[in-house]
Amino acid sequence: MEASNTRTQTMDSHQAMWMYQKMSEIRHFEDTVHETFSKGVLPGFVHLYAGEEAVAVGVCAHLNDKDSITSTHRGHGHCIAKGCDLNGMMAEIYGKETGLCNGKGGSMHIADVSKGMLGANGIVGGGFPLATGAGLTAKLQDTGGVAVCFFGDGANNHGTFHEGINMAAIWNLPVIFVAENNGYAEATPFSYASSCENIADRAASYGIPGEIVDGKDAMAVYEAAERAVTRARNGEGPSLIECKTYRNYGHFEGDAQKYKGSEEREEHLKDKDAILQFRQYMLQHNLSNEEGLNKLDEQVKASIQAAVEFAESSDYPDAGSLITDVYVNYTNTGRES
Amino acid sequence: MGRTISFSDAINEALAETMRRDKNVILMGEDVAGGAAVDHLQDEEAWGGVMGVTQGLVQEFGRDRILDTPIAEAGYVGAAVSAAATGMRPVTELMFNDFIGSCLDEVMNQGAKLRYMFGGKAKVPLTIRTMHGAGFRAAAQHSQSLYGMFTAIPGLKTVVPSTPAEAKGLLIAAIEDDDLVVFFEDKTLYNMKGDVPEGYYTTDLGKADIKREGSDVTIVAIGKQVHTALEAAEQLAAKGIQAEIVDPRSLSPLDEDTILASVDKTNHLIVVDEATPRCNVATDIAAMVADKGFDSLDAPIKRITAPHSPVPFSPVLEDLYLPSADTIVRTVMELTGEDTAMTT
Repeated sequence: MEASNTRTQTMDSHQAMWMYQKMSEIRHFEDTVHETFSKGVLPGFVHLYAGEEAVAVGVCAHLNDKDSITSTHRGHGHCIAKGCDLNGMMAEIYGKETGLCNGKGGSMHIADVSKGMLGANGIVGGGFPLATGAGLTAKLQDTGGVAVCFFGDGANNHGTFHEGINMAAIWNLPVIFVAENNGYAEATPFSYASSCENIADRAASYGIPGEIVDGKDAMAVYEAAERAVTRARNGEGPSLIECKTYRNYGHFEGDAQKYKGSEEREEHLKDKDAILQFRQYMLQHNLSNEEGLNKLDEQVKASIQAAVEFAESSDYPDAGSLITDVYVNYTNTGRES
Repeated sequence: MGRTISFSDAINEALAETMRRDKNVILMGEDVAGGAAVDHLQDEEAWGGVMGVTQGLVQEFGRDRILDTPIAEAGYVGAAVSAAATGMRPVTELMFNDFIGSCLDEVMNQGAKLRYMFGGKAKVPLTIRTMHGAGFRAAAQHSQSLYGMFTAIPGLKTVVPSTPAEAKGLLIAAIEDDDLVVFFEDKTLYNMKGDVPEGYYTTDLGKADIKREGSDVTIVAIGKQVHTALEAAEQLAAKGIQAEIVDPRSLSPLDEDTILASVDKTNHLIVVDEATPRCNVATDIAAMVADKGFDSLDAPIKRITAPHSPVPFSPVLEDLYLPSADTIVRTVMELTGEDTAMTT
């Protein structure tokens, strides 16, 4: 299997502008969270998606609200690409009442079921069976929807990878398994922890297509995802796409990242940058111009700034909400004493 | 010889001391060394665990004994069970106790049952170190205290230390022990400093410690809640009430005698446990005292726990989630018949 470089597709300007906007939103959102976290304003752990924008956006470009996605610790990018509200996301990361999960979930559990975003996930490998289940619903209820499981290279060694994909394959479910192979599971290189050269190689054992793409190339991801989503919508079953990518920040904020090589970091932040590459593509194909893209970037920056202001000016949840929403219907949720 | 070091460093020392003595002791887990097979990485630059607790061990013991695993809890915890049963004495790190969901079978159906099922002809000298506890803003899947769930399983032991010195002594005892021991480390205690003896020593499993003597009420508190209870005891002392704080230290086996003797002296019992209230250790201890120490009691037993809910992310909610010194004080006042309105 080779990384796909052939263009099978031309893209219209509207679609390209949407993709550029979402990638720009993810980048500015994450850079802002990085900066805010470093000032000690944000509680808890955050795991940033910057650098991997082309994957979430290239895949979600083919999805609508009927389609579901499952996500990872590094979930902000998937949320944005799936259409989650930026204000609600930022407020959630601040632990505010106006957050997408009313402040109860935080960065690692950010979700919006109405958008088909089934949650960032604190458990590595948690998404495989969940995506398979969402695919089962789509099939049994004949919704026409598909489910996408975004997962990291760390999760590809987890038992749920095997169990989830195998079931999706035997039941011929409309599920797309999208590996975001950023080279490191926390601080451990992919090559140390995995017995295979590529995650996509493992698809063969389930009898499903496995494709490798350059995950920094939004068009390559877009085209591979189109093939897989079309297969799924046509009832031809699951696919696996491995996107070779890179995270610009550490595993979590505060990680010194000494396990990364300085050259690889440098090249990914510059020449291989997903947004710069897609910008070049758009300019070369007359899908926009410098002025148009600069203007869009400015609008995105303003929307992220507005999200921060929204989050900061929002209230924390009421004390009473501590024990609400544990169940739909159950009265005894109080503490002892 | 005592010196002041952190809870985290005390655990690191316990591992180093046991690994020097016994070449069969190894540490397995996700990034316990960190950066495996990265050529340019110097060992001293390696993570040493996600919280840095095991930092430096790879320099002394090498990567065969400080063994990074894939993110595959069922795989490496199960392998640790079998390595223990076949001659090693492993310590394995389950990064957060919440991740037991990924490997409960290996602990509950394999590790804890081998000896019994095989008629006493096997042993599993395995220690599972794992982080627990709320208060770190780590949200619902990284903040639980699940020692109660493990304590319910016959065939394994559970240990929850509250001070650096005990963390070291109890961990060495756990590693020396020939049974499977699950060792809980509260992530919010790692930076806590305390006097810790140098060298190799053990603190007995199954032996409670009286952290403060008192005559009016017994407060049994688990892990970090020992410190909440001590804070409450200071406030109570100012009101003329002397609380005795009992730290069980190990929940299985449980030192029933020390708890019963204390209740016999004070005639009142409160159990403070930050885990959720149903089927938890507070409930277990309350039942034990109701059964075996009923005649000592002058009042109902009170349990102070988290609510029956997952751990919330928002800092304001998480602070409410945890037991507080104020709640303990108020409960004691109610229990001993003091008028709270007059004394606050």
